[in-house]
Amino acid sequence: MSVTATFKIDYHQFLDENGEAHSDLPGGKLPAFADNPADLVPLYRLMVLTRLFDAKAIALQRTGKLGTYASSLGHEATHVGIGAAMREEDCLAPMYREYGAQFYRGVKMSDVLLYWGGDERGNDFSVPSHDFSWCVPIATQCLHAAGAAVAFKYLRQPRVAVTVVGDGGTSEGQFYEAMNLAGAWKLPVVFVVSNNQWAISVPRSAQSAAQTLAQKAIAAGIPGVQVDGNDLIAVRWAMEEALERARKGDGPSMIEALTYRLSDHTTADDATRYRENAEVEEARRKEPLSRTRKFLEAQGVWDAKQQEALEAECAKQVDAAVAEYENTPVQAPEAIFDYMFANMPESLKQQRDQHVKEMNDG
Amino acid sequence: MAEVALVEAVTMALAWEMAHDDTVVVFGEDVGINGGVFRATAGLQEKFGKERVPDTPLAENMIAGMSVGMAAQGLKPVAEIQFMGFIYPVVDQMISHAGRMRTRTRGRLTCPMVLRAPYGGGIHAPEHHSESTEALFAHMPGIRVVIPSSPGRAYGLLLASIRDPDPVVFLEPKRIYRSYKEEVEDDGEELPLDMIYTLRDGTDITLVAWGAMIKETLEAGEELERQGVSAEVIDVATIYPLDMEGILESVERTGRCVIVHEAPRHCGVGAEIAAELAEKAFMHLLAPVRRVTGFDTVMPLFRMEKQYMPSTKRIVKTVLDVMAES
Repeated sequence: MSVTATFKIDYHQFLDENGEAHSDLPGGKLPAFADNPADLVPLYRLMVLTRLFDAKAIALQRTGKLGTYASSLGHEATHVGIGAAMREEDCLAPMYREYGAQFYRGVKMSDVLLYWGGDERGNDFSVPSHDFSWCVPIATQCLHAAGAAVAFKYLRQPRVAVTVVGDGGTSEGQFYEAMNLAGAWKLPVVFVVSNNQWAISVPRSAQSAAQTLAQKAIAAGIPGVQVDGNDLIAVRWAMEEALERARKGDGPSMIEALTYRLSDHTTADDATRYRENAEVEEARRKEPLSRTRKFLEAQGVWDAKQQEALEAECAKQVDAAVAEYENTPVQAPEAIFDYMFANMPESLKQQRDQHVKEMNDG
Repeated sequence: MAEVALVEAVTMALAWEMAHDDTVVVFGEDVGINGGVFRATAGLQEKFGKERVPDTPLAENMIAGMSVGMAAQGLKPVAEIQFMGFIYPVVDQMISHAGRMRTRTRGRLTCPMVLRAPYGGGIHAPEHHSESTEALFAHMPGIRVVIPSSPGRAYGLLLASIRDPDPVVFLEPKRIYRSYKEEVEDDGEELPLDMIYTLRDGTDITLVAWGAMIKETLEAGEELERQGVSAEVIDVATIYPLDMEGILESVERTGRCVIVHEAPRHCGVGAEIAAELAEKAFMHLLAPVRRVTGFDTVMPLFRMEKQYMPSTKRIVKTVLDVMAES
């Protein structure tokens, strides 16, 4: 017998659950972007804003002012880490709860509310105008990212496509198909597996016998790494490594970010039906915001007063977004038809005209 | 002007558009050095290079999904699905994304892609290689379905499909890929989508067909002429959106209509045309609208496929029945 190939999966964490920093990088140093802890403050602020926005969105749904909403509670470090590492011209193909990444890139809170409030205009964000919109059919977005990467490579643009998929999504064929294509064609794309341990009611352990999800990248011939997804520094560091690699023409990577869905799957779900409270409490101890805050406070760049001011400021911003959402009137009836085709078929024009007339006639 | 077969007209249109639009990329399984299993992409990789005519890994929904991504980010993907029997994995990406990218983003992102596939029976192919499931795609909002029935229309309609700013499923009737040649000028002139092509003028009855069935339908027209029935023959060409104005104009004139398609009868595109005629041309009809179609069965393996396919004889008999009823 001889060994034809061997593989390993590395795990990285810089900021532990107590907010203490460690580094296995040369010299025991933190990544360059974290050299000056004050530089992390804007990211922490965005994590707090994302969480307060999330709570508000859930409250809106509970009071009948928003449709079903997918919470991002607990994922803030993964999402903001992704957003912070990307360049404006890169392209995000998200699933449906990566608000932290999207806010960093310019998507407005009112866009998120419009989308979950049942209005297509939520997908029509002006910034970043090239990013894909929310993608509900699981893992189908992975192929869009691979296709976008084909376009960037073909057009000689130094851009990278980034996609996010859940732990459940890694069971989908399209996830593997996208990684396989990306590997075979050496595409500039980064796959992020946001492993929050639960695909609605199915736990990670029931999803796959694979020891890690990162190792699924190995089968596609691309590097896979596992990071603590509640560690902002680890996520951003791994993302920057992967983006740099892709931008240099060295091909795709996959990052498994270990986090935990502290919320229900969506507001239409009740997670108490299928998981133990003790498990959730244990996960809550490791959640991303408090460890980031502790770290920044220990570094002397954050304090309780700033926290208080931030929360007040975030509440104001969220309220303004809610007002913008609530003051957005429903689209005109013809909007159902007007964006189906650039050149509208005659039969559709007839349906549109009749519908508009019926609406106007009351 | 060159005499070309339908499949060669496809190649010619692809080559023209690639030469005139750098954003057109042609890809699929075995389309590169092999030139496609039907040779529809023959010579393209040699001419335009591997980057513009790449072979993909073997995964059909991947081909559709990557096309969506490419199209949304500035390219015009023209992808080949090797046989329509292998097209079903793409249903997810086509219905979930290709057909809704424009409307879901209110026009911010669009999906100018073409998915080509040979379809239909009659070539003694193995199981899964002979179905006509155009109605599946015609039922998906936001997607055009185009089927040529001659080399000239293959050339012009494919050019129009590639240039169209929205997704097109372009189904090529493989039974007539090489059955005859005609002169097609390689001048980059497209033919309009969303309209019928009247292939034979007539006054007694309108025969509506598309794809390879045009052959039997035109033959039926000739036979009927000998029997004293003047049949108009319409090639629908764009299956969705249907040019009902064009079909209605003809049926209101002739007062009779027979629809011919290879696909199973139940929920076939013929059902839609018949329903539209019932709604809009009822008072002009001199006899019931009839359909000559495949059966609501699995397509038999090829020893019996001829029995399944609508024949010239069945079309003529149905028309004579309709004529006798009025």
